[in-house]
Amino acid sequence: MKLHLSRAVMLTVLSIALCSGSVFAQGGMFSTSSGFTRFISATPLENVDAKNNKCQVILNTANNQLAIRMNMRDFDFPNKLMQEHFNENYIESAKYPTATFSGTIDKAPDYSKDGEYDASATGKFTVHGVTKERTIKGKMKIEGGKITITSEFEVPLTDHKIEVPQVVFVKIAQIITVKTEYALSPKK
Amino acid sequence: MKSLRLIVLLICSATGAYAQDDLLNELSKQDSSQKVPVTATFKSTRVVNGQSVETMKKKHMDFRISHRFGKLNSGAYQFFGLDQATMRLGFEYGLTDDFMIGVGRSTNQKAYDFLGKLKLLKQSSGAGAMPISVTAFGSLAIATLNKELEFQDKITYTAQILIARKFGERLSLQLSPSFLHRNHPDVTGDEKVLLAMGIGGRYKISKRVSINGEYFYTAREKNTQTAPYYDSMSFGVDIETGGHVFQLHFTNSLGMIEKQFIGETAGSWGKGDIHYGFNLSRTFSFDKKNKRVSNN
Repeated sequence: MKLHLSRAVMLTVLSIALCSGSVFAQGGMFSTSSGFTRFISATPLENVDAKNNKCQVILNTANNQLAIRMNMRDFDFPNKLMQEHFNENYIESAKYPTATFSGTIDKAPDYSKDGEYDASATGKFTVHGVTKERTIKGKMKIEGGKITITSEFEVPLTDHKIEVPQVVFVKIAQIITVKTEYALSPKK
Repeated sequence: MKSLRLIVLLICSATGAYAQDDLLNELSKQDSSQKVPVTATFKSTRVVNGQSVETMKKKHMDFRISHRFGKLNSGAYQFFGLDQATMRLGFEYGLTDDFMIGVGRSTNQKAYDFLGKLKLLKQSSGAGAMPISVTAFGSLAIATLNKELEFQDKITYTAQILIARKFGERLSLQLSPSFLHRNHPDVTGDEKVLLAMGIGGRYKISKRVSINGEYFYTAREKNTQTAPYYDSMSFGVDIETGGHVFQLHFTNSLGMIEKQFIGETAGSWGKGDIHYGFNLSRTFSFDKKNKRVSNN
């Protein structure tokens, strides 16, 4: 019995070490802090187009886990009044400073082989403090030891409780198109 | 042994579930976001009558229609002041995101005014943050009512340094040290130079509505023979609807330009010389680039 117990303890310790070891395996980590996210609200009257070049992305190829994080204040609008309204009235950046995605690549490609693959990721997508479970389709390109993830998807404002009042001078689409491009390189 | 495997499995899956959030936490730890500018200290370029630290954004024009009605204490016969209205029409334009110019015409004294406003310092948060915003303001007003006067005698210069801080999302406070030079004061014997200190602020009660107040302390004796004036004090509400800002307020000043409300406020709150008024601000964008979405 005593033997069993010590073996159990040993196994447990070993398994924790192994599990966490795989999670934090440095070799499998790819990341960037200059990922590109762009969103477009297109209406017949007016288009709003904003870009963020400071998105943080990290991918663990050992277990296919993917995390994306960006500051809403880093979205740059050509029209600064729109930018102010975006931060102050719609996305409420002071209260909800970031947008995040945390999930897993569904069908992982062979990271050791160069090529372009259709891919999708499933996980928690959080904007304006509201989290939705989503599967987002995109492409993964593996080339010269780098991984580039691109995607295009839609975000309905109502999904994230983003309110647009009736009397608004700038017309805003109910569904926002989001385009991303993240070029990840091995993390040192 | 079976239960042991189960434990191992459980621990493994548990760490697995945490891992996603660990990755996200890792990112927030690494977040190298440096200075973030603090925006929208005030909703509008005016606190009530006085200038705020805000300027018009680049290529945006603000068309302002401001009204002040007669005194509330003028009674029912004058419909509590609503029978008499004075107004100012203004066009103000952002040449850059930090520099705006403007021109206005007030019915009061048939005055034209020309103004410029330049952001010097911008409040920010994060590493190496700037605690305050500072904006410089200058204007030249020409009161054309008295045709007898020489042209230069119709002119008043105003210079202000506006110092503001946004304390969290709701509260913003501003100090406005002011310098006025009247080439020919309205009342004989009044000083040409007038120094004043403005204090103003706003408190947001919702995303789009704020309560505003301001007071200009003038460095002179009040209500004298040569300067029959009081200090200007105003309270109001700002309502912002994305492109429009409505400012509704009560003030003891009839004039809407610095020369008039800092220098020549004839009403006294104590006597009930209170004017109801509003500023209506409508912003137009001349930034044509926004109208098209390029697909790069």
